[in-house]
Amino acid sequence: MNTIDHHWQRFTLRQKLSRYAVYLVLVLAFFQSIQSVEVIPEFLLDAPEQMGDMFSRMWPIDFAYYPVAVHDAMIETLNIATLGTLITLIFAIPLALMNASNIVNSAWCHWISRFFLVSSRSVNSLVWALLFVSIFGPGVIAGVLAIAFRSIGFVGKLLGEAIEEVNMGSIEALKATGASWMSILLKGYWPQVLPAFFSIVLFRWDINVRESAVLGLVGAGGIGVVLDDSMNLFQWDRVAMSLLAIFIIVILAEIVVVNIRKRLI
Amino acid sequence: MAGIKSVQNRENPFKHNWFISAIWLLVVCYVLYTFNAMDLSWGRINEGFGHASNLLGRMIPPNFSRWSLLLSGLIESLEIAVISSICGIFISLFLGLFAARNMMPSWVSTPVRALIALCRTFHPVIIAILFVKSVGFGALAGILTLIVASIGFIAKLFAEAIEEISLKQVEAIRATGAGFASIILFSVMPQVFARFIGFSTYQLDSNLRNSTMVGIVGAGGLGGTLFSAFQRFDYDFVAAILIVIIALIMFGEFLSNIVRRIFR
Repeated sequence: MNTIDHHWQRFTLRQKLSRYAVYLVLVLAFFQSIQSVEVIPEFLLDAPEQMGDMFSRMWPIDFAYYPVAVHDAMIETLNIATLGTLITLIFAIPLALMNASNIVNSAWCHWISRFFLVSSRSVNSLVWALLFVSIFGPGVIAGVLAIAFRSIGFVGKLLGEAIEEVNMGSIEALKATGASWMSILLKGYWPQVLPAFFSIVLFRWDINVRESAVLGLVGAGGIGVVLDDSMNLFQWDRVAMSLLAIFIIVILAEIVVVNIRKRLI
Repeated sequence: MAGIKSVQNRENPFKHNWFISAIWLLVVCYVLYTFNAMDLSWGRINEGFGHASNLLGRMIPPNFSRWSLLLSGLIESLEIAVISSICGIFISLFLGLFAARNMMPSWVSTPVRALIALCRTFHPVIIAILFVKSVGFGALAGILTLIVASIGFIAKLFAEAIEEISLKQVEAIRATGAGFASIILFSVMPQVFARFIGFSTYQLDSNLRNSTMVGIVGAGGLGGTLFSAFQRFDYDFVAAILIVIIALIMFGEFLSNIVRRIFR
């Protein structure tokens, strides 16, 4: 008879307290940041005016600029993204194998591979590009390597997880026949990882198309160089042309990736 | 030997897949072609390795002597990340709800979805450039940029999560005569809140990463410090900044793991 008096609660007291603690910390951090961040109110006031000014300068888009410079730069951007994605694989596949606990069973290997994967992901692609520009000089090669090094962490992590989810039955069957480790990798793991592999690579390629469009801002080739040049010369109609080209390419890349993935999976 | 048949005609279990081989061949041709077209040669790459060892030599040991500059940039990056994440998460909570096709009629959800897609298309750096033009150099441009980036990511995934909920609970709450707000609060939110927290902590992480980068185009934070250090060839200071960024991001991942565990 007592059950009706018993008040149902979704969370225990501890859960509630820790949740409120998180909310409290967030609110405190927010107000602390708002107070100390340097925002100049005058800049905020004329923002709509400035924005309007920018768009009015952009408006008659300079389509004549497309065949002059944008087209070649756009092709270069696509090549940077694709080549960068391919070069990533050279580093990412061994790291993924090292990171998968069902292939290499050693804590040391896991730590080493995880270190490389995490540092590849923590450094932004623009920062990688800055590094490679100072090594190889301005140009396409810095862009390709920046894209490649930035993608290692992403591809390696996801591929490692895909390898760990493999059904071990067929692997054991192969082992029982006395197959060498190379044939186990190629005939046991590879066919099972194949769909995940292609979808990871395509997904990363899609991201890389977006990223390679901005690498030129630090001198690493592609459409970003054209964008940066026309911005420094305040030719906003040409900026608008470059932005439009980037917009179209990004959307096309996404459509291509979605269609291929539908077919693969 | 009765009962044992030879199995000569059995299909090879490891049949050669010509389609996949053709793809690999195309890939190799493409790589060779682009190396030619983009003028990448081994000579240049080899030359680069010399520069690389030179660069590494100048990066080591990292120089922390200008730590006050480093610290002020770091604090600004953190502030940008915190403000933009919280504003972005708050806005996406509503936009995600409006974009879910099972919650809203299509005349609401379609324009909202288009807005979210627009936020996602451009790289944060490009958005940062536009904001730097309109609100000037400084942290505000960075904050606005990352709010846009957060909306593009969280609102999209949140809308997809809402579209996958079970409608039985919604019906049950509706049957008690609850209003619209109660339906959202007590039947929709409990089903998606854990995932929403997951997306949000991920976005907090990625805002932290990006807040160290938007400074490169003048939108405040550690990126500006990093970029000027690069331009003055202070590579030992660059190394110090990079170490701080990696440490910051690892710390952020640690924190978001804790938050995720609390809200599971």
